[in-house]
Amino acid sequence: MGNKQTIFTDEQLDAYQDCTFFTRKEILRLHGRYHEMAPNVVPMDYTKDPDVKLPMQLIINMPELKENPFKERIVESFSEDGEGSLSFNDFVDMFSVLSEMAPRELKAIYAFKIYDFNTDNFICKSDLEQTLNKLTREELTAEEITLVCEKVIEEADMDGDGKLGFADFENMISKAPDFLSTFHIRI
Amino acid sequence: ALHTSFHQLIQEQSSLMEAALELEMQERSREPGQDEQHPNFSPTTLRILASMPSRTIGRSRGAIISQYYNRTARLRRRSSRPPLQQLCRTARPSLRHYDLETDPTRATLEEKRSLLVKELLSLSPGQRSHMLLTVPLSLAEKRTLRWVLSRQSQPGRAPHRTSSSPCGRSKDCIVLVSLGCGLLSLLAAAQPWHYALKQIGGRFGSSVLSYFVFLKTLLIFNIFSLLILLVFVVAPQAVYPPPSASPRPFTGLELLTGAGYFTHSLLYYGYYSNVTLNDPCASSPNGSMCPHTAPQFPYNMPLAYVFSIGVSFLLTCVLLVYSMSRSFGESYRVGSSTGDLAVKVFCAWDFKVVQRRSVKLQCENICTQLKELLAEQRSRSCSLSLCQRLGRTVVLLLAWVLSLSSVLGCVVALRYFSEHMHVQEAILLVLPLVVSLLNVLMPHLYNLLATWEKQDSPVTEVYVACWETCVGQDLYRFVVMDFIFTLLDTLFGELVWRLILEKKLKRNQKPEFDIARNVLELIYGQTLTWLGVLFAPLLPAIQTLKLVLLFYVKKTSLMQNCQSPSKPWQASRMSTFFITLLCFPSFLGAAIFLSYTILSVRPSETCGPFQGLETMYKSGKTWVQLLEKSNPNITWFAWVHQYLVENTFLLFFMSGVLLAVIYFNIQVVRGQRRIIRLLKEQIANEGEDKIFLIQKLHSVYEQRERRA
Repeated sequence: MGNKQTIFTDEQLDAYQDCTFFTRKEILRLHGRYHEMAPNVVPMDYTKDPDVKLPMQLIINMPELKENPFKERIVESFSEDGEGSLSFNDFVDMFSVLSEMAPRELKAIYAFKIYDFNTDNFICKSDLEQTLNKLTREELTAEEITLVCEKVIEEADMDGDGKLGFADFENMISKAPDFLSTFHIRI
Repeated sequence: ALHTSFHQLIQEQSSLMEAALELEMQERSREPGQDEQHPNFSPTTLRILASMPSRTIGRSRGAIISQYYNRTARLRRRSSRPPLQQLCRTARPSLRHYDLETDPTRATLEEKRSLLVKELLSLSPGQRSHMLLTVPLSLAEKRTLRWVLSRQSQPGRAPHRTSSSPCGRSKDCIVLVSLGCGLLSLLAAAQPWHYALKQIGGRFGSSVLSYFVFLKTLLIFNIFSLLILLVFVVAPQAVYPPPSASPRPFTGLELLTGAGYFTHSLLYYGYYSNVTLNDPCASSPNGSMCPHTAPQFPYNMPLAYVFSIGVSFLLTCVLLVYSMSRSFGESYRVGSSTGDLAVKVFCAWDFKVVQRRSVKLQCENICTQLKELLAEQRSRSCSLSLCQRLGRTVVLLLAWVLSLSSVLGCVVALRYFSEHMHVQEAILLVLPLVVSLLNVLMPHLYNLLATWEKQDSPVTEVYVACWETCVGQDLYRFVVMDFIFTLLDTLFGELVWRLILEKKLKRNQKPEFDIARNVLELIYGQTLTWLGVLFAPLLPAIQTLKLVLLFYVKKTSLMQNCQSPSKPWQASRMSTFFITLLCFPSFLGAAIFLSYTILSVRPSETCGPFQGLETMYKSGKTWVQLLEKSNPNITWFAWVHQYLVENTFLLFFMSGVLLAVIYFNIQVVRGQRRIIRLLKEQIANEGEDKIFLIQKLHSVYEQRERRA
């Protein structure tokens, strides 16, 4: 259309546009952000889809994530190799899901992954305790934490197994109209 | 003993899922306290448990693909039934659709992917792109899927994005799409104030951000109205100016009062002519110079005036109702009663906040809210005593009486004031000054009452009636004064207050940004614009300018002087509330006032586009009669106009239909609540069944092992 850019081929930009909630301009901007985190490692030419991953330490120092108590979990949930390093695809995927346009179901799936600290596909009591500690910076007493965990499981658990499966979590999220606006990072 | 087919299935499943299982078992061994519920289960049972769909879904890629394969298959099969000849008669009804040969859970990853691609190809392009956007696979996997899809679908045609809206979101949206859509997409892609909004959200959170987003929405409404009026009313009149009286000299006071030089300008109703614009016949006084030929495109000014205003109002109404229904749809949920604590734990953290101090504040807020909720739940059992309840009711009644009496007092005072006003120019400003002063002081008074009583502050609105250009001028003055007072209020309420707090009282606490009061000010300004657009067609331009300036002023003041609100405001409920408040008292009131003026009030004899007519609406009627006379083929149009638009029967019929639709929707919601309750019971039963089966399985394997 206007300026000729040499970072991506048109085919690649079309693919990114179809598979994420970003426009071409935003994807180029994201590449700029990804590149400036490690200018020596990330190439400017992505036409051959280079296999470059940035480690978690670099990503969690981004200004958008730096102060977020769940930053490690966010990066781990989108990382393909399980260790928290993100390729450019994972990076774009992460901000696409966290963008304004992503639908509620998709956000709920990833929110569940983020809050599931031990990655057993359930939010059990220990996951809840860790979530609460991160939310309140350990200001609540142990007794209050136990009470809150019990109440949460009592309110949200529908099939009675003592922990929250994805169906329970999604049902609880559907009652929260704010979820779409709070589970949103602007980039 | 289990049926033999189950044995086979279990063995095959466990051998296929070997790799995924190893990972699963490894992680479980890392946390020994994990399976405290089943400490004695045999490894075989644990292996089976680990491969249950509820544990693998969302984790292994294959499981996600097969889940989405099922979903797309269901989408496709929704209305069609399988032919009876192909079914095995002995199969259970629920298994009849279940083709074991193409069972996706038994296939390899490649086979699953090709199955999914096959299903996706059978969907429409819109559904396909929606499925591609919402499937929770990694981006690399999605790109592979898309590439396979594009190769297998019509070759040579590149797959293009078809999003759910009729016009694409991207900047590459071709101009062939209608002008309105093109404008919308351009506005969205240009993203004005993107960085500013990000900064505000990052420091103050979603609640304060909603005020600025609301301001941006109002700006878009005003720009639309302005464009319509500019193109159809202002521009033609500017090209064919009427023979005007000698213009008065320009002094600086006009910018504030709107009178003087501005009285006979494009700004007000009085300037617009009541004739067909490019017809030289109508404008010249002596008929002898008339060439007796009708012009090429006769531009009937009165008709254009009343129709443009009508169309801009209709457009605003449509946009308002659309945005209201969208935000309402997000915040209203059928059958949601309990669950505040769970929702608070998982949805309270605002991911947009990025500044360290704000994050710390947010943590403290959430902590306080959780403690309050716990305390509330603990004390919910013990209700208030009779004395306390009585006391609370008395306080409520007193606050209501005070609010209502102060509103009545303001109205009476203003009416007395306006009747005794003199017409010298600078004195014209006194009325808007008083109104704005009251508008500024009253909310502070009500805030005081609210802290005493814990409720939101009501809005004070005053309607002052004059006539057309005078009305337009008055409204212009109101708008300008409102702006000045908002500026002064920002200055004093936030800057000076912060200085006082810091220097004199030595408190390190900044004033809070009062969202409710600011939003009500915005709504007040917008109501004034809507009321005045009939009498001053350029008022939306002034409002647009005012909103743009206000954005920057408020943002600067916010950054320098305020801290984030301590009360937990729920951002999306607030946006719904703002838009509803804008629609119902504000827009509806303006629309009713305008309809009344157009339909029943006699326009002035000596100025404006409706001179000599009985009401403004009559211009439309005379046009229809003219049309009927000139072209007898379209009598149906006149018939439609007479029997449908003018007849009141249609109105009653439409109201009846509306009431029926509302009743129907209420019944549907009631039915849905009942279904939700039944489904919850079903889920609980299934959970119990599952636990029972697991125990049985465990006991079977134990017996087996003991025998072996």
